[in-house]
Amino acid sequence: MKVLVAVKRVVDYKVQIRVKSDNSGVETQNVKMSVNPPDENAIEEAVKLKEQGLANEIISVSIGDDKSQDVLRTSMAMGIDRSILVKSQNTLEPLAVAKTLKIIIDKEKPDLVLMGKQAIDDDSNQTGQILSALLNWPQGCFISNLKIENNKVFISREIDEGIENLETSLPAVLTCDLRLNTPRFASLPNIMKAKKKPLETIDIDTLGIDTSSKIKTLKVIEPPKRKAGIMVNDVKELVQKLKYEAKVI
Amino acid sequence: MSVLVVAEHDNKNLKSSTLNTISAAEKLSEDIHLLILGNKIEELAKSAKSIQLVKKVIICDHEKLENQIPELSSPIISNLAENYSHILAPSSTFGKNLLPRVSAQLDVTQISDIIGIESQDTFIRPIYAGNAISYVQTDQKINLMTIRPTSFEKCEEAGGDAAVENIPFIDSEVKTTFVSREVSKSDRPELGNARVVVSGGRGLENSDNFKLLYDLADKLNAAVGASRAAVDSGYIGNEYQVGQTGKMVAPELYIAVGISGAIQHLAGMKESKVIVAINKDLEAPIFNIADYGLSSDLFQAIPEIIKELDLLNQIES
Repeated sequence: MKVLVAVKRVVDYKVQIRVKSDNSGVETQNVKMSVNPPDENAIEEAVKLKEQGLANEIISVSIGDDKSQDVLRTSMAMGIDRSILVKSQNTLEPLAVAKTLKIIIDKEKPDLVLMGKQAIDDDSNQTGQILSALLNWPQGCFISNLKIENNKVFISREIDEGIENLETSLPAVLTCDLRLNTPRFASLPNIMKAKKKPLETIDIDTLGIDTSSKIKTLKVIEPPKRKAGIMVNDVKELVQKLKYEAKVI
Repeated sequence: MSVLVVAEHDNKNLKSSTLNTISAAEKLSEDIHLLILGNKIEELAKSAKSIQLVKKVIICDHEKLENQIPELSSPIISNLAENYSHILAPSSTFGKNLLPRVSAQLDVTQISDIIGIESQDTFIRPIYAGNAISYVQTDQKINLMTIRPTSFEKCEEAGGDAAVENIPFIDSEVKTTFVSREVSKSDRPELGNARVVVSGGRGLENSDNFKLLYDLADKLNAAVGASRAAVDSGYIGNEYQVGQTGKMVAPELYIAVGISGAIQHLAGMKESKVIVAINKDLEAPIFNIADYGLSSDLFQAIPEIIKELDLLNQIES
């Protein structure tokens, strides 16, 4: 089985983001960037499938500028065999990302595609679902458990009401929840080894797809701040305030 | 033009997220159609037709639609799309799972998790877990939108008499079969929809201690929530998680107990009207956004609150 993992380079989840002063977006220059967290779960799952002998080749793909090589190197340090960078100067919307991935998938012919359920920058939560529809492959979203046996795929999905269990088959597109696994840290020797693993670069303009933006961002602003509250001295005061000041109980 | 709302339901009742989404649709058009895809949904359709804002209820009733497999339901939505300027679904796991497939089928870019509607083509949505707010505009032929339920009021469920139209099921070849659903049963209000939410964090120390929270929740007719730390420590199931990776809530009263207030938790509850934080640690960031903070040992404070609430009730009765 061949597994393809899609990864995105995003502002590290620990960074307190800043809105640009001209309100055109969020500051991403001179900010720590990392692998999108649920994409790390997708990488980890692919590496586990290889360790279990279920996958024989695992590859990662990212779309972005040259700097996105970082996240692909990180994925290879975690155990991915080789990587593909689709070079694009522009930020792509989910539909364009899925179309780009489809072209790579048509060429690479993986049996399974894994990715994070959403990117923590744009929070769209669309790409896996769109890709599944474009490929006409089964979709499994927000998965927290995966078992593959005799070409059958058993997944547990995190849904608002609890957990949903589905059975499907390969090839499939699965999007990963943070609860799927605990991503490993890349060891220093593996980081060194990853530098020698193959990383192919493809220019997005050679793929012949429309990657233009369909959505215009008019402005990006800071969310309204809550005004500071008060500290109460004891439970009695708290309950009195809730009853007679806030009038919520 | 008309607006189509895709209903979230359990084949018996509409989920409240559907009512929030209908309110969002009202900002776009007076001609709102509600699409219900499900199995044995005659009764459901009957109650849906009395929603005042809905002009037409479109139902597709087929046993294969019982479990909301998106590969089966999305082509039915795409097939209706040309009649509408906007197609809306709640940005619950139901809508997130479904609507992007329609985006692929119609070749239009979807706008996710809308918290405000400025005009027919301009929408407001949070990015970076709500740490920034983005105003976006689009001129696509159809606007596909998921709506954050807590950002819109629930619409009235009565007062209307909409037309009901049955549409035929379109079968698609699907390789996915439903196995089971593990749903936690509770008499308490639904987390996403409760007037009061009582949430516990790692400060609760173990799952047994969550009983304290349940007692408080029952006194206040509140839903119970939890931080990711509490869920990851195994104190309570993931369906109770409030935050960036869990549910978004915006109740009238949110009581955070033993929760430090990680950014990812705040993302899920900071829209609450009144926030109470109870924590031993005066430095906990949760106090920065709380309207009322109490620096106290929760194991003493919670039973005391329950006692005070009982006293209040006695005075009133």
